[in-house]
Amino acid sequence: MSMLTRTRGATADDLKISGTKPKESMISRGAALLIMGVFTLYFLVPIWWLFVSATKDRGQFLTTPSLWFADWNLWNNIGDLINYGDGVYLRWLINSLGYAGIGALLATIVAGMCGYALAKYRFPGRELFFNVILGGVLVPATALALPLFLIFSQVNLTNTYWAVLLPSIVSPFGVYLSRIFAAASVPDELIEASRIDGAGELRTFFTVSIRLMTPALVTVFLFQFVAIWNNFFLPLIMLRSEELFPVTFGLYAWNTQLNQIPELRTYVLVGSLLSVIPLIVTFLLLQRFWRNGLGSGSVK
Amino acid sequence: MTLDIESPPARTAGPRKATKRRAHVPHKGAIALFAAPFGVLFLAFYLIPIGYAVWQSLQVVERDGTYGEPRQVFGWFTQYGLVFESGPFWESVGRMFLFGAVQVPVMLGLALLFALLLDSPVLKGKRFFRLAFFVPYAVPGVIAAIMWGFLMSPNLSPFTDVTRAVDFLSPQLVLWSIANVVTWVFVGYNMLIIYSALLAIPQEIFEAARLDGAGQIRIAWAIKIPMVAPAIVLTAIFSIIGTLQLLAEPQVFRSFSAAVSSTFTPNMTVYATNSIPNVNLAAAFSVVLALTTFILSFAFLKATQRKAD
Repeated sequence: MSMLTRTRGATADDLKISGTKPKESMISRGAALLIMGVFTLYFLVPIWWLFVSATKDRGQFLTTPSLWFADWNLWNNIGDLINYGDGVYLRWLINSLGYAGIGALLATIVAGMCGYALAKYRFPGRELFFNVILGGVLVPATALALPLFLIFSQVNLTNTYWAVLLPSIVSPFGVYLSRIFAAASVPDELIEASRIDGAGELRTFFTVSIRLMTPALVTVFLFQFVAIWNNFFLPLIMLRSEELFPVTFGLYAWNTQLNQIPELRTYVLVGSLLSVIPLIVTFLLLQRFWRNGLGSGSVK
Repeated sequence: MTLDIESPPARTAGPRKATKRRAHVPHKGAIALFAAPFGVLFLAFYLIPIGYAVWQSLQVVERDGTYGEPRQVFGWFTQYGLVFESGPFWESVGRMFLFGAVQVPVMLGLALLFALLLDSPVLKGKRFFRLAFFVPYAVPGVIAAIMWGFLMSPNLSPFTDVTRAVDFLSPQLVLWSIANVVTWVFVGYNMLIIYSALLAIPQEIFEAARLDGAGQIRIAWAIKIPMVAPAIVLTAIFSIIGTLQLLAEPQVFRSFSAAVSSTFTPNMTVYATNSIPNVNLAAAFSVVLALTTFILSFAFLKATQRKAD
C-alpha cells in the first residue's frame, strides 16, 4: 500500500501543471495543510491529554496544567493500578485479549471458509444463503444481545466466558468480504490446477487459496477483533462477575463509581491509556495487509 | 421480514433437496464442510435469537391474583401495543433520528474531505495524517467517552475557560457532546474506506481530465466523488446502524451528566426495561428497533442505488 501511494504521488507530481498556475497551487497547498493541521490537533490532543494525565499523581492531576507534564509518576501509577483489587485490571486485560483474539481468529477462519465456498462453488440455494447472511449484516448486534441472554440463561451459560466468546465467532460481514475477495483474487484455473495435482478441496483451500485471500482475512480479523474489543452491550447484559469482565467494561464499571471512590480516577485514566495500546499495536503490525482488503469491500 | 429468513440455512445444509432439484452438484462434501460451520453458528447466534425474540415479544405474563404464580401466555400483539404507547421509547428514537440527521452527514462529509485531500497532490505528509486521523478508531467507544467526559467536565477539563462558559454536559448540549465523541472515533475509519476506494480508481481517468484542463477541485467533484459513491453508501449504512444502536457512549456520559436519562437511547430503553424485569416488553422493543434499523438501511441502500443508475 505504501508503495502504491508513493508511486501514485510521483505520477501526480509529474503531471501537475504547476507551471501554469503556481499561485493557486501555493494557496491550495496552504489551505490543505491548514485543514489537516487543525484536525490533527482535534484527533490527537485528547490522546495527548490522556497520556500526560496518566503520568501525574492524584494531586497534580488537579493542580498542574493538564496538557503538560508534572512529576513523572507513570510507573508508580501503573504499579498501583495493577495491584488494585487483587490485580483485577490485568485479569480484565487478559480477558479482553482472550475474547477478542480467540473470537476474531475463529470468526475469520469460519467466515473465510464460508465466503470461499460461496465464491468458488455453485450449489442450489447459494444466492439465498448469501442474501440471508447479508441480511445478518444489517441486524444490529445489540438487538441480538437480549434474546441471546434469554437463551443463554435457560442453558445456564450467562455469566461465563462462553456468553461473550461464542456469539463473537459469527461475522456475516466477514463472509461478505471473503466472498468478494475470493471471487476477485483466487483464479479458478489455480483451483483446477491444484485438483489435477491431486489435492483435495480442503487442502487446496488451506494451502493455496487462503494465501491469496490473506489481505481480506486480515481485514476480517481486524474488524472482528475491534468489534469484540469494543463490544459493550453483550458484557453489560451477560456478565455479573468482575473477574470475567473485558477491560473496557471493567473501566466503565470503575468510572461509574468515581463519585464514591475518587481515587479510582487515576486508575481509570492509566487503565484507559494501557487498554488502547494493544489495539494500536495490532493495527500497526497488520496495516500493510489489511488496507487492500478494506478497499475491495467498498468498491464492489 | 425477520421470520422469512429462517428457513434457508436448513435448505443449503441438507443435501436432500439439492439432489431432488439437480442431479449432480460437484464437490458437495467440500461445500458442506466449508459452509456448515458458519451456517450452524449463524443459525445458533443470529436466526434462533431473532426467532426467540419475536416469540418472547408475543407473550404476556399473567398472574392469578396479586401474589399468584406468574405464567407466560400467548398475548398476540399486546407488547407491541405497549411499545407504541411508550413515550420514552419513541422519544429516544426521535433523539437518535435528530442525532443521525446531523452527526452522520457531518462525519461522512469530513471523512470525504480528508480522503480527497489525502488523495490530491496538494497535500504533503500524507502518511502522518492518515495515521493521526485513524488513531482514535483504536480507542474503544467506552474509553473515548470517558476521555471526552473528563475533557468536557467543568472542573477537570484542560480547557476550563471554555467548559465553564459553555456547559457541554447540559441537557441542551449533551446529545451533541456525544455526537462529538462518535465523530471523533469514526471519522478516520470512514476516511480510510473512502480513501481505499479512491486509490482503486485508474490513474488514466485523471490524466485525461487534466489534459482537458480540469483542476483538482473539478476532478474531485466530477470524477472522484461519483466513483467512490458506493463506498460512501457503505459507510452511511454502517453509520445509520451505529446510530440506532448507540449505547456505550451515552451510558458512560451518565456518570458525567445528569441530563442523560436511563432511556436516553433506544438500546438504553431496552436494557432498562429488561432489568425491571419485563423481558417480553424488552423483546418487543428489540424487535421494533431491529426492524427499524433494517428498513432504514435497506431503504437508504435502495434509494441511493436508484440515484446511481
